Amino acid sequence: MRAYFGRRYRFSASHRLHSDALSTEENQAAYGKCNNPHGHGHNYVLEVRVGGDVDEETGMVCNLMELDACVRKEVLDAFDHTNLNLQKCFKDVVPTTENVCIEIYRRMRESFHAAEVVAVRVEETNNNFFEIREN
Amino acid sequence: MISLTRKAEFSAAHYYWNDAWSQEKNEEVFGRCANRNGHGHNYTLEVTVTGEVDPVTGFVVDLKELKDVMEREVVGVYDHRHLNLEVPEFATVVPTTENIAIAIWKRLEGKIKGAKLERIRVYEMPDLFADYCGEA
Repeated sequence: MRAYFGRRYRFSASHRLHSDALSTEENQAAYGKCNNPHGHGHNYVLEVRVGGDVDEETGMVCNLMELDACVRKEVLDAFDHTNLNLQKCFKDVVPTTENVCIEIYRRMRESFHAAEVVAVRVEETNNNFFEIREN
Repeated sequence: MISLTRKAEFSAAHYYWNDAWSQEKNEEVFGRCANRNGHGHNYTLEVTVTGEVDPVTGFVVDLKELKDVMEREVVGVYDHRHLNLEVPEFATVVPTTENIAIAIWKRLEGKIKGAKLERIRVYEMPDLFADYCGEA
């Protein structure tokens, strides 16, 4: 039987929303205070959902410890307590939470194979979040 | 069509163990959850149903009835119990969060009048949950 397993993680990082393709005024209009020159930070919450058949022997979709280890290696160790704008993956991509979500989804789909990564959700604050999921 | 979700909580003990395996294998796969003395959680259950809004009542489903069914079929059976030792479906099935979600689906399926069961979500703790949507 196919079931889904979800796990939430936390990381803290800084970012500044700024596009080199836009003028100073356009950047301010588009990003408001998120465009302030020295950046700002968030305590992000990451939710990863994986799906697969429940193994009859273990009763699990996948081993939680394997998922934790993968998220730690691919995401938390890479992003926690860093400036996202300085990450290689955001060199030419604005680190909006949408793009952070897309990057994490890409990393997880590429590196976790014990179950299918079906959704990634990133909460930037308690009041806003972004989610990508398989249709 | 609209979806409606009702939450409930229950507290229960469990451990993870496969009788077909050695103690070493159980400990290797299940880690601390394999401690046969058991441990416990405050579980949160979310039951999501879908259906048409009744033009007279404005309800998808009668909330009181849904609450009563959840109480009778699940909370009353699981709350303050040891899942492995006291709940029949876990006599031979490991009570992982995934299997609890599947078992709750089976307990509720066909018992909610006027709406279709869409999803069972079980939180073992705020950072860990399983979903079952009736898929084979």
